[in-house]
Amino acid sequence: MRSTHLDNGLKILVQELHTAPLVSVWCWYKVGSGDEAPGRTGVSHWVEHMNFKGTTNIPRDEMKGIVEKFGGTWNGYTWLDQTTYLETAGRDALDTLLFIEAERMAHGLYEPQECESERTVIISELQGGENDPDQLLDTEVTATAFRAHPYRHPTIGWIDDLRTMTRDDLYGHYRRHYVPSNATLVVVGDVDTEDVLRRAQRQFGSLNGGPAPLQTRPAEPVQIGERRVLLEREGTTAYLKFAWHSPAARHADFFPMLVLDAALTGAKGLNIWSSFRGAPPQRRARLYTALVERGLASAVGGSLLPTREPFLYSVGFTATDGVPLADLEAAATSEIERVREQGLTDEEVLRAKRQLRARLVFENDSVTNVAHQLGYFETVTGPGYFEEMPSHLAAVTAAQVADVAARYLARERRTVGWFRPLERKR
Amino acid sequence: MTTTVASGLTAVREPLANGAVLIVQETAFSPAVTINLAFRAGSLEEPDDRPGLAWFLGRVIDRGTATRSAMAVAEALDDRGVALRVSTNRHVLSLSCTCLSEDFHHIFGVLADVVRNPVFPEEEIEKRRAETITAIRQDLDNPGVRASEALQTLLYGASHPYGRPAKGTIASVERFTRADLVAFHRARFGPAALSIAIVGDVRADTALAAARDAFDGWDAVPAPNRPVPPVSRAAARQQAAIEMADKSQTDIAYGFTSISRLDPAYCSHWVMNNILGQFGLGGRLAENIRERQGMAYYAFSSFDPSLGPGPLVIRAGVDPANVERAIAAIDAEVGALGREGATERELAETRQYLIGSIPRMLETNQSIAVFLQTAEFFGLGLDYDRRLPSLLRAVTLEDVNAAAAAVLDPERACVAVAGSAFARGDGHASFGEAGSAFARGDSDASFGGQAPPSVPHH
Repeated sequence: MRSTHLDNGLKILVQELHTAPLVSVWCWYKVGSGDEAPGRTGVSHWVEHMNFKGTTNIPRDEMKGIVEKFGGTWNGYTWLDQTTYLETAGRDALDTLLFIEAERMAHGLYEPQECESERTVIISELQGGENDPDQLLDTEVTATAFRAHPYRHPTIGWIDDLRTMTRDDLYGHYRRHYVPSNATLVVVGDVDTEDVLRRAQRQFGSLNGGPAPLQTRPAEPVQIGERRVLLEREGTTAYLKFAWHSPAARHADFFPMLVLDAALTGAKGLNIWSSFRGAPPQRRARLYTALVERGLASAVGGSLLPTREPFLYSVGFTATDGVPLADLEAAATSEIERVREQGLTDEEVLRAKRQLRARLVFENDSVTNVAHQLGYFETVTGPGYFEEMPSHLAAVTAAQVADVAARYLARERRTVGWFRPLERKR
Repeated sequence: MTTTVASGLTAVREPLANGAVLIVQETAFSPAVTINLAFRAGSLEEPDDRPGLAWFLGRVIDRGTATRSAMAVAEALDDRGVALRVSTNRHVLSLSCTCLSEDFHHIFGVLADVVRNPVFPEEEIEKRRAETITAIRQDLDNPGVRASEALQTLLYGASHPYGRPAKGTIASVERFTRADLVAFHRARFGPAALSIAIVGDVRADTALAAARDAFDGWDAVPAPNRPVPPVSRAAARQQAAIEMADKSQTDIAYGFTSISRLDPAYCSHWVMNNILGQFGLGGRLAENIRERQGMAYYAFSSFDPSLGPGPLVIRAGVDPANVERAIAAIDAEVGALGREGATERELAETRQYLIGSIPRMLETNQSIAVFLQTAEFFGLGLDYDRRLPSLLRAVTLEDVNAAAAAVLDPERACVAVAGSAFARGDGHASFGEAGSAFARGDSDASFGGQAPPSVPHH
């Protein structure tokens, strides 16, 4: 893998993989919902949408077909610390893909009527998410767990901000954050590294540099008491969620926490792109055997993702039909307390580490996914982290896992969410 | 490194003596192997009075064998980081997983044991029954699932295997017995109904030896396959509405019965569907509903041909106030494409896209395994990936327009909507309540253009 910079500050990562005649291009920006102030929540995600709506040199109507003419796929996503765009297509498309990303960085149109049209599309996206009680509960629990830090806002934003934000808000955010020194270009696939660097220089070299915006975020005060959320709406199924404040990716406690999560709920992908790909191996996981095998829950899942600043470790349960939430919560709490008091067995820790090692291999199964891994960790955690993950994982001990369980999973650091379905109203 | 995919797949196909078919593709992307075991044991094959049995068998099959307890199966997989996925569609029940290359032989042996010798312990049946009922109740709270399932029932009728619930109903699941599972396993699981795909960092001779070790001597004889019952096309427009309180968004599912995967017009219909609801961000449908009118985050069509005439389904999720406007927009696009056909430019762009996307369709071991097993299932041949470009190039504008004219007619559309309070006093008096508990039927394995288009998400 080659890592280099252009003079204007753009970072470029290139990895050659000649297994298929494909190339995957991703452009990453160090801006996400963690950089948003109240009143402007959702602006990063809306800007992402606008960056598919035409540029000076790519008319709106051609923006979406241009990659597909090469048989390609394209997308973008926004999360706490990052906004990113991707295309995977036949290798002959490389120049076009770099051109699109250079246009996107510098020449977005932000036509007022397109901003208005996208406002209702994004509100529709938000409303579609609200149809899922589990997702609704997640939003409420996250907003309750944080008091000060902007990680409390949903990435899509709060509805009133989406109704009032203006075209100038969007464009201002775009111009502040979409500068070469705030971006990383990642190219992986059937390419020649020197050729990629020459082409990237040609497409991006003339874009104006300038400083990356200074990003300071309010610190989250330590949580000193359990918080609770109760949602009651019409529905058929009850859900329970626990969330605890968790260490940032760069913190020494992060890898013991990952092993802890794998032992509790099964190892999954290590970032937001891959974590939802496929089920984790989990039938021997603590919370699966304690709750699903005992018939109290029909599903259990855990989530610990690498983030720049401390976020949340959450565990969610779907109550088996007819099981009261209080019974489910009592059983789940008792199992968590047992792990806090007694730690895990050496066998559980070994299994969790083996599972995580296998997951690292499974995730690198395509040029698209390799490119995502490189860009995600470069953007969220900084250089070197991705390469060092296997050795950090290997070094985790059972004592470290017991230690993080005891400290991080404390009752007073927990937020508990209930979704209790109401019977049909009419 | 090999460049197998660059020059087309080089899969090896080897029937075993007992009739099981093994397909192996070596790849060298990473030290991992994907294993897919597919049986012709989907919901079409379940007894008519046991809807959901095939799906339920998939939940219990890996919970204990003659020589391994449920815990021992879990240990054998979990300890190596393997997550076994069992999926059931109308025609096929498949077990698939990815393991490290070093674990291939061990994992393959466990899977073979699971499919040959399941014992369906009573205790496991009860646990999975409760989970399945919870899953059905979750579906009942999901407007997207409710609308899609109501549409399937409108299209095929509640008693047709394509129109009835894949997971079954709560009432049917409550009645399943261990004897039902044993009988279904005996009737449907045998080498003649099995295809095995192995894709990844493994040599073909190693894979073949493993398959012989695991399956030689298995002589169970599955019952004959059931034919797909006939499907009659809707003669007039049909509608269904399901009202659900506390939902922010209403889901629309709008569709037609279409063709079988083996129909010579398959590629014409595939291209037509791409133009209607896939290309760009959802074809003509999304251009109208999302881009011009800003009404929906998603609006697209999907096309799911199988052994019988599969559906062409249009989906959109909109504010309850916009349901009628969105359906009118779908009617307009469907009507225009059906009457007037596509343009030369649309055909050229779509053809270029579909041909160009073939290497990407074969990007991962899992997608190669699915492609090869689909080709095996429909008898398309091991060289199908190399023949596909010329099949697509042969599609003419007349072919696409004929496909559109054959399927797309708003007067004969089936339309189902599910969500909040859209039906109250806003002109949907003709919408009746659809039946309850239509569980989702997973789409049949097939490839090309069926996935929802990618959309910017958060």
